[in-house]
Amino acid sequence: MTRHRLFWPATMLLVLLLANVAFTPDFFAIRLKDGHLYGSLIDILHFGAPLILVALGMTLVIATGGIDLSVGSTVAIAGALACLHISQAADPASAGAVAGAVVLALAVALVLGLVNGLLVSRVGVQPIIATLILMVAGRGVAQLITDGQIITVTSGPYRLIGGGYWLTAPFAVLLAGAMVLVTAVLTRSTALGMLLESVGGNPLASRLVGIRAQRLIALVYVFSALCAAVAGLMISSNVSAADGNNAGLWIELDAILAVVIGGTSLNGGRFSLGGTVLGALVIQTLSTTVYTIGVPPETTLVFKAVVVITVCLMQSPKFRAKSARKRRSRSSNDSRPESAAPANLEVGA
Amino acid sequence: MNATLTRRLRGQIPLLVTALLLVTMFGAGSVSYEGFFSGQVLLNLLIDNAFLLVVAVGMTFVILTGGIDLSVGAVLALSTMVSASLVEHHHWPMFAVIPLVLVIGTAGGWLMGWIIHTFEIQPFIVTLAGMFLARGLCYTISVESISITDPTYTSMAQTRIPLPGGTFVSPSAVIVVLVVAAAFVVLHFTRLGRNVYALGGNEQSALLMGLPVARTKIGVYAISGLCSALGGVLLTFYTLSGNSLHAVGLELDAIAAVVIGGTLLTGGTGYVLGTVLGVLVLGLIQTVISFQGTLSSWWTRIVIGALLFVFIVLQRLITTRRRA
Repeated sequence: MTRHRLFWPATMLLVLLLANVAFTPDFFAIRLKDGHLYGSLIDILHFGAPLILVALGMTLVIATGGIDLSVGSTVAIAGALACLHISQAADPASAGAVAGAVVLALAVALVLGLVNGLLVSRVGVQPIIATLILMVAGRGVAQLITDGQIITVTSGPYRLIGGGYWLTAPFAVLLAGAMVLVTAVLTRSTALGMLLESVGGNPLASRLVGIRAQRLIALVYVFSALCAAVAGLMISSNVSAADGNNAGLWIELDAILAVVIGGTSLNGGRFSLGGTVLGALVIQTLSTTVYTIGVPPETTLVFKAVVVITVCLMQSPKFRAKSARKRRSRSSNDSRPESAAPANLEVGA
Repeated sequence: MNATLTRRLRGQIPLLVTALLLVTMFGAGSVSYEGFFSGQVLLNLLIDNAFLLVVAVGMTFVILTGGIDLSVGAVLALSTMVSASLVEHHHWPMFAVIPLVLVIGTAGGWLMGWIIHTFEIQPFIVTLAGMFLARGLCYTISVESISITDPTYTSMAQTRIPLPGGTFVSPSAVIVVLVVAAAFVVLHFTRLGRNVYALGGNEQSALLMGLPVARTKIGVYAISGLCSALGGVLLTFYTLSGNSLHAVGLELDAIAAVVIGGTLLTGGTGYVLGTVLGVLVLGLIQTVISFQGTLSSWWTRIVIGALLFVFIVLQRLITTRRRA
């Protein structure tokens, strides 16, 4: 059972949740008030929904052996564009204005994702560099859109996306859940997931067997940008404001962290959507825990950095080989520790 | 023209483009704005961008080996915070604080290099974690900005070293010139420099040739850490404050300066003097935007991003044609 790839992320989540009960005894309580669900668990899902989305896109990018650092800026740009559009509309509360804002944000994200994707797949720039440009310049663009101000909007329909409830549950949770479900079906019930893993494992070999590697790579960056844009709509809708400087700030680390906690290797070649969702929930729970136990929230960054490096070390075949060798030399009659050979084979795949 | 010469010239295209860009921008600025054409404006580029230049020099080493260091901005911010808190809250003398900060930066870089090399984890993820760790540590020191009132620091900030023609430079500018000169000598005239280029050219070959790959690889991250910490020291001279939000996004500026200066992101080819040109281009963009007066400061970031975009595409076109 411990060998199941979702075992460790699920255990981490469970331990974190149980740790919270020590500080807040009614942590698991869920109440129904005015037809809305309330409770700490619902809050974690609600606030975690944007991260789940961003991590979802990031998972597919990482599956192809890439990385997308620009998601935070895309979050900011999408939120800024949508809020600007709504604040300039004749009737901000009309469904038309909100629909226009959503379409506009998604269209711009599509273009941004396409630029990332083409830079990586056609021009052949390393993914870190290609997306780093948008990561930093994108904040400038978001500032430009909002003119350096925080744009506040009051629009009922827009509020629904991130802050509203539908069928008693937070709409953001339902939306994130639906997107995860659709992605899971598309990648696991069709050959798409296997093709992505193949491209991540060995792009050259994939091309030689006739997979359109370049097109697939461009596609995952577009998908990642679209996920980030929806997350941006959720975040700005939840606070009814667009802040070019702080919206989605540092979410790229959280997303990468969620993906690696979920068991997806940064080397590409395989991915686990279930693991990513668990990973995102672990991070959201960690943030919530840090708030509830009264540690200054600023130090969460230190926690996260330590966690990301630990998880990466545990994933590193070199690290596993070294610690296994140490264990073996300590107890030579230990029949089969985590041997170095299978770990190495895993990466070669 | 023989083939080798053509190939060598083609490798210089990004550098030539950068030099041309620099001259054009300075010329256009001089024509458009009154008071732009002066020696002091050029020297101010050096004074105002001293910290960026030092960081970019360290980044040049890392990129030459084919690696990347995303932690530079955060390490720089951390060293401003450590300096400010030690000087202001614990009343340490400046000459004790600076060596300590430099040691912390070097040790941090060394540790990241060690993890990257020993466990074969991609540099970007290790340095990204380093970036968040350093930023997080900044906040644990203080959430508020700390201003420095120490007399030795203020005198470093206010000293003006006169130059002929009524111009002047700051002590930071002198330090930067020394750092660039040291980097130039190390990269082009020492064994370490040759190992750096060899490692970036082809790590496997370097290993087979018996070069000290481990020491070189870990060494460049330690150098980058040292440069980031020194950049932090120079920034405390410049702003007389420690702030957790200092130098957010500096890693892009540093990478952009290196790339615009003609260093290939894949490693193995590049010049530290090109990096100096790259920093001057970025600084000139900022100067033009401040002379223009009507453009907002976030345009700087957008222009730098666009410029980096253009240069990366240019580099790729040149290298793919060379291989074909």
